[in-house]
Amino acid sequence: MSINPDQTIKFSPMHRLQWEEVQQKDVILYPEGMVELNQSSAEILKMCDGTRKLDQIIADLEQKFAMTGLVNDITAFLEVALKNGWIQQN
Amino acid sequence: MAGSNKTNPTTALRTGITPPRWLLAELTYACPLQCPYCSNPIDYAKYQSELDTEDWKRVLTQARKMGAVQLGFSGGEPLTRKDLPELVKHARGLGYYSNLITSGYGLTEEKIIQLKEAGLDHIQVSIQASSQELNDHIAGTESFQHKKEVAHLVKKHGYPMVLCVVIHRENIHQMPQILEMAEELGADYLELANTQYYGWAHANRDLLLPTKEQFEQAEQIAQAFKEKVAGKMKIYYVVPDFHEDRPKACMNGWGTTFLTIAPDGVALPCHSARELPGLDCPNVKDYSIEQIWNESKAFNFFRGYEWMKEPCSSCDEKEKDFGGCRCQAYLLTGDMYAADPVCSKSPNHPVIQEAIDSARASALSDNEKPLIFRNSKNSRLLS
Ligand code: SF4
Ligand code: SF4
Repeated sequence: MSINPDQTIKFSPMHRLQWEEVQQKDVILYPEGMVELNQSSAEILKMCDGTRKLDQIIADLEQKFAMTGLVNDITAFLEVALKNGWIQQN
Repeated sequence: MAGSNKTNPTTALRTGITPPRWLLAELTYACPLQCPYCSNPIDYAKYQSELDTEDWKRVLTQARKMGAVQLGFSGGEPLTRKDLPELVKHARGLGYYSNLITSGYGLTEEKIIQLKEAGLDHIQVSIQASSQELNDHIAGTESFQHKKEVAHLVKKHGYPMVLCVVIHRENIHQMPQILEMAEELGADYLELANTQYYGWAHANRDLLLPTKEQFEQAEQIAQAFKEKVAGKMKIYYVVPDFHEDRPKACMNGWGTTFLTIAPDGVALPCHSARELPGLDCPNVKDYSIEQIWNESKAFNFFRGYEWMKEPCSSCDEKEKDFGGCRCQAYLLTGDMYAADPVCSKSPNHPVIQEAIDSARASALSDNEKPLIFRNSKNSRLLS
């Protein structure tokens, strides 16, 4: 499964992304499970709001953190996210 | 206290206590079904009192504050509580991810919509078998067609659909049909829960425990199916530990992750802990969740490793399985400090083979005794 660059990406309605105060972490919640996210993974997933395509997500994150060369890291993470069902396309 | 002269661990707040993550709210012991493997205590009929709405709201608020985030509304049948939508709404407001664990009995489309609006995240429907005849027999109630309808409605209204089937000797031969049914119903998650032998399942073990060959065959079928539906349906396979030689890491460690509140408000480190003697499990009417989690005798009882006996105390695997399940140790050896007898290092390990042999003999016998169904009459008779 790989990311289609021509389609927008949105967070799965079957999962919930939420900040946990006690853990000081963002987590993904789903039936019988919870995944704790590090900060960069959480930032990437928050960009998946159904309005942006892959290149926009990369551009926006690079701008937000004043960094360049994030293409590979972001793409690789989004592919994992897609495989796990955390995000969807179309 | 059975078979031990250990002193109780200190009740002072110790460092290294992790906050609860999962809260199981057993709203009621009332249930229209009569599953002979029910995990409720055998003597449930004597616990008549139930927490009221305000008590439950307080419990939810306090546990959330400590870090609990996964919430299961269970029972009995939680739908028998009229205040369920109100509690769901309260939970959603606090940020819980909440799950209704139901037999589907009494669940209408109207209620499914109402609960969705209140903020319920998912619904787990249990089905007893893949055929009407066997389902209705095991449930002790006519319920098969309605359960299938409920499964459709759950999907229709946008919930992730979790189907749960408890596996035992009466239905294990239906594994291929059970998997087909799950696919046909469009389950997003399928929980294949091999019966754990506590509560009513313990009383019915001779009739429920499958043979090793049956287990292995069923597991193979389930594994092959898992690959086939990868990406579409997620399968949770709860292993049957009677045919293993190491115990399960029960509750991820006592008092580390899970908190169960029984219908009458008793707080339990695991939902079977009521069966253990001398724990003095505290009630949420008397103490806050924080006091219970940090300071109560019950929640500190089996924390850490100090309580262990040989062969566990000097075992290099103790951090992996914490010596196994305390309830199973107690039920099968009479000593709740003993190693879980599933472990091949346990001197009591032969009791497992005896149980397997006894179940096989029962299966081969011409006049097998009938299943004891879970209902108030049997509960009073047995306790
Ligand atoms: S296991 Fe069966 S009898 Fe027990 S609470 Fe669940 S549906 Fe009711
Ligand atoms: S001896 Fe105890 S700690 Fe070691 S593997 Fe067996 S149950 Fe686990």
